[in-house]
Amino acid sequence: MSEWDSADMMNVAAARELKNGDVCLVGVGPPNLAANLARRTHAPACRLVYESGAIDAKPRRLPLSIGDDDLAATATAVVSVPEMFNFWVGAGRIDVGFLGAAQIDRYGNINTTVIGDHKDPTIRLPGAGGAPEIASAAKRVIVIVKQSRRTFVEQVDFVTSVGYGPTGNERQAPGAGPTLVITDHGVLEPDPDTNELTLTRLHPGITVDQARQATGWDLKVADSIEDVPPPTATELTELHRLRDREPADG
Amino acid sequence: MPSPTPAHLNPLADAIAEHVHDGDTVALEGFTHLIPFAAAHEIARQGRRHLTLVRMTPDLVYDQLIGLGVADELVFSYGGNPGVGSLHRLRDAVEKHWPHQLAVREHSHAGLANAYVAGAARLPFAVLRGYRGTDLEEQRDIISSVTCPFTGEELAAVKAINPDVTVIHAQLADREGNVMLWGITGVQREAVLAADRAIVTVEEVVDEFPERTGAVILPNWVLSAVCVVPNGAWPSYAAGYSVRDNDFYQRWDAIARDRTAFLTWASENNLPTDNTSPAEDTLSGANASPAESSLTAENDTKEPADV
Repeated sequence: MSEWDSADMMNVAAARELKNGDVCLVGVGPPNLAANLARRTHAPACRLVYESGAIDAKPRRLPLSIGDDDLAATATAVVSVPEMFNFWVGAGRIDVGFLGAAQIDRYGNINTTVIGDHKDPTIRLPGAGGAPEIASAAKRVIVIVKQSRRTFVEQVDFVTSVGYGPTGNERQAPGAGPTLVITDHGVLEPDPDTNELTLTRLHPGITVDQARQATGWDLKVADSIEDVPPPTATELTELHRLRDREPADG
Repeated sequence: MPSPTPAHLNPLADAIAEHVHDGDTVALEGFTHLIPFAAAHEIARQGRRHLTLVRMTPDLVYDQLIGLGVADELVFSYGGNPGVGSLHRLRDAVEKHWPHQLAVREHSHAGLANAYVAGAARLPFAVLRGYRGTDLEEQRDIISSVTCPFTGEELAAVKAINPDVTVIHAQLADREGNVMLWGITGVQREAVLAADRAIVTVEEVVDEFPERTGAVILPNWVLSAVCVVPNGAWPSYAAGYSVRDNDFYQRWDAIARDRTAFLTWASENNLPTDNTSPAEDTLSGANASPAESSLTAENDTKEPADV
């Protein structure tokens, strides 16, 4: 049995959500790992789209940036950035958008802009990138983020990307919003009635109490919690190979 | 509007001297690929000041210019070191006003890309479905809303961007100064056509352009200057000519994180600075200690994934 940690589990759990045929918009970081892991394991026919313009990219190695030449060289089409956002993302052609977060609240609203005041921030974060439109227009959004009280906050300092709005029912966007929040503790899903993020699955070895401790609000917990199966040997092997930037075909 | 005189091949120093002025709004575009680093360094070497820098992804190129004190304002949509983490010079300028205060206007990628599109079309604004419910909308001077006259739908409107000068890097020019680029072509065509003046650095000059799927060709009469600068995109890359220097992007993290290391880098590369002391914190005259004014490792735990 190979070694794995909670971050591996998070990436593996995210990868499992991609299906063959899904059109997935990928950013660097955990989404990049997860999407490429899916393509190398159970979903070889998922379609990877990178906001740099690469459509149906088939990277041979894990790209280090979303603008790697390997993405353009292996893509079915390479389009300009305005075309990517207007004709592909904005037009609703993305099935799954992966997003990260520096802060997220109980209604899936995301901050990647600043900690503190926007004009005079304590911490200047990278900003919006493609996230606001992915959050708005992707048919479903999967947030991948490590769970902690610093990140899972009562109120985000800045709304960069909208989940379900300040009280959970203000969403006015074509896509379904954050249908899954996958963390290093487990999986949260919006309550069907209130859209409040609810713990529905736990990763192996993690308790409900630990998930509560890592949440900055009184975490809602589903009546029955599903156990996430641990990473398989294949998933781990491919994950490590991706991290080592080894090519897919050995 | 573009220069009426046909583009021709110029030395880079002459092109920057003639077309980039103090106080200009300058866009250096290239989405990870074809970032015009050599031109940026020439702008810094010539001591330009008070620029408004526009770029979707500030990347290392603007981290450097910001640290060197070239910019008063930054217009952008994603300010991270792709795959590595923060842009520490950008953060230091915004958080601690070193080497001086930096005003920030920010979009999403879709918003900024469309602001260039409107600029290229010489329209006052562009329309998109996005931004609704975000705090980015509070920047009312650049992001607003408009009602569709046909359906009544409320849509986001972004103000057009028309840089005084746009600078890009491309693979090829021909003898007449027409320019060809391929691979990830980002928002360069739009940024060039939105600008009053455009400078292009190229890898090489050829007699005739090759056949290339998906290539962008810019005719010489929309360009003010074309300069041959082989490897002018390093440490980013030019597809077909070079690969991205990922090691340098990693190394930059340590250089940019520390003011002294950054000033050493600037000096080694003959890039003038404002002689700001690394310990000097310009925030409300506070005399912060070097330890306090440098960015702490703790701050870096808040790295969101790059999207």
